[in-house]
Amino acid sequence: MARKSSKPTFMGYRRENGRVGIRNHVIILPLDDLSNAASEAVANNIKGTLAIPHPYGRLQFGADLELHFRTLIGTGCNPNVAAVIVIGIEPGWTGRVVDGIRKSGKPVEGFAIERNGDINTIAAASRKAKEFLQWASELERTPAQMKDLWISVKCGESDTTSGLASNPTVGNLIDKVDPLGATTCFGETSEITGAEQVCATRAKTKEASKKFLATWGAYNDMIMRHKTNDLSDSQPTKGNIEGGLTTIEEKAFGNLEKIGKKTRYVDVLQEGEIPAKGPGLYFMNTSSAAAECVTLQAAGGFVVHLFPTGQGNVIGNPIEPVIKLTANPRTARTMGEHIDLDVSAILRREMTLDQAGDALIDVMMRTCNGRLTCAEALGHREFVLTRLYPSA
Amino acid sequence: MATTHFLVHNNDDTVGVIVVEDVKAGDTLNGWMMETDGTVKLKALAAIPLGHKIALKPIKKGATVIKYGHDIGKAVADIARGGHAHTHNVKTKRW
Repeated sequence: MARKSSKPTFMGYRRENGRVGIRNHVIILPLDDLSNAASEAVANNIKGTLAIPHPYGRLQFGADLELHFRTLIGTGCNPNVAAVIVIGIEPGWTGRVVDGIRKSGKPVEGFAIERNGDINTIAAASRKAKEFLQWASELERTPAQMKDLWISVKCGESDTTSGLASNPTVGNLIDKVDPLGATTCFGETSEITGAEQVCATRAKTKEASKKFLATWGAYNDMIMRHKTNDLSDSQPTKGNIEGGLTTIEEKAFGNLEKIGKKTRYVDVLQEGEIPAKGPGLYFMNTSSAAAECVTLQAAGGFVVHLFPTGQGNVIGNPIEPVIKLTANPRTARTMGEHIDLDVSAILRREMTLDQAGDALIDVMMRTCNGRLTCAEALGHREFVLTRLYPSA
Repeated sequence: MATTHFLVHNNDDTVGVIVVEDVKAGDTLNGWMMETDGTVKLKALAAIPLGHKIALKPIKKGATVIKYGHDIGKAVADIARGGHAHTHNVKTKRW
């Protein structure tokens, strides 16, 4: 059944700003919790559009509000998205999201519910969504190369097999695509605790190294401020512990295997920030919770995600396909429908890391060409906004 | 190739990882030293689940546990060679 695609080229959707997507979504993006119902109604009216409901967007302020806008605008600007309908309770903040997305050059239109009500808003937004969808349906895939591809990585429900094999498989891919000009991203600030000094040595410049340690330090200070115990009920997670991971330090060294052996990161990004220093590996400040991290990476413009799992995290994302791999033979056997690539043969010494890295490149390129991931087929669309503190 | 029961990241490590599902107390296990591609034999003192760690040498209470060639925490009880090393006898030094 599996089709071989070893060439590092793919057919993608080249957007107005030159970026290349691997999906062609028309999304209905609510500004706030209040606009979820109208957004879902529009997506129900216009088949093939995708609503992205979420619980926030009211009374946020300061850096937390900026992050809200950055995440929504980044989601709309992601090259996997062809066009966007924004629906908000009032026109002010709705317009801010619309204006931000419009800078990417793609079609976007905003609708506000106040003075219209849900029903009129849904009718007007549905007409525009239909127009966008039919326009997008005629866009064609064109040839693209590795330098056009933005890849994010994050692991979840890790166990010791993650650090032994599935994370190093991702690392092997990173080392292979970095010289070809790919743009790549790792994050999970809290989950580098214990390995932060080693991670600091993986920066390309002293400046990036310092920036990483400052970012990690601020995150760790936050944990120290709020913690009530040694976090052994949260980090490692219950699933991590079941899978044999004992401490955050052990988890961190396994985690870091995902960035390969040779590749150095060029810069440190804020949550959801779009890289601006050209191709290469970036560290993004994120939570270690899967959906929060992938949502931020998608907002940063990454179009395909590699997700090694040990015990079997089932996460997906509405706009960024999530490819899962595992080296845990029990997970591959009992949760096979979630696993795009089984690399458990590495543990049996029947597969080398180099072969596993090539197999992952193959699955990734096929996904870029249109193959649906397990998470897409199963309807996993976890979109989880990161909050920095409570609303005013 | 004989079954490989546990893997060791780095030659300096004091723990290895069980990679099969059915290790019982008293089993003689084959280990693979990944750094140097060597092999080692070790007797398990307990049933150790897939993914859990086995002590490669005696680890005294208070000693640092080494994996990936790095400090991954401290022993909070003595662990014998071949014993199961996990949350009951190893804790983080952070947080």
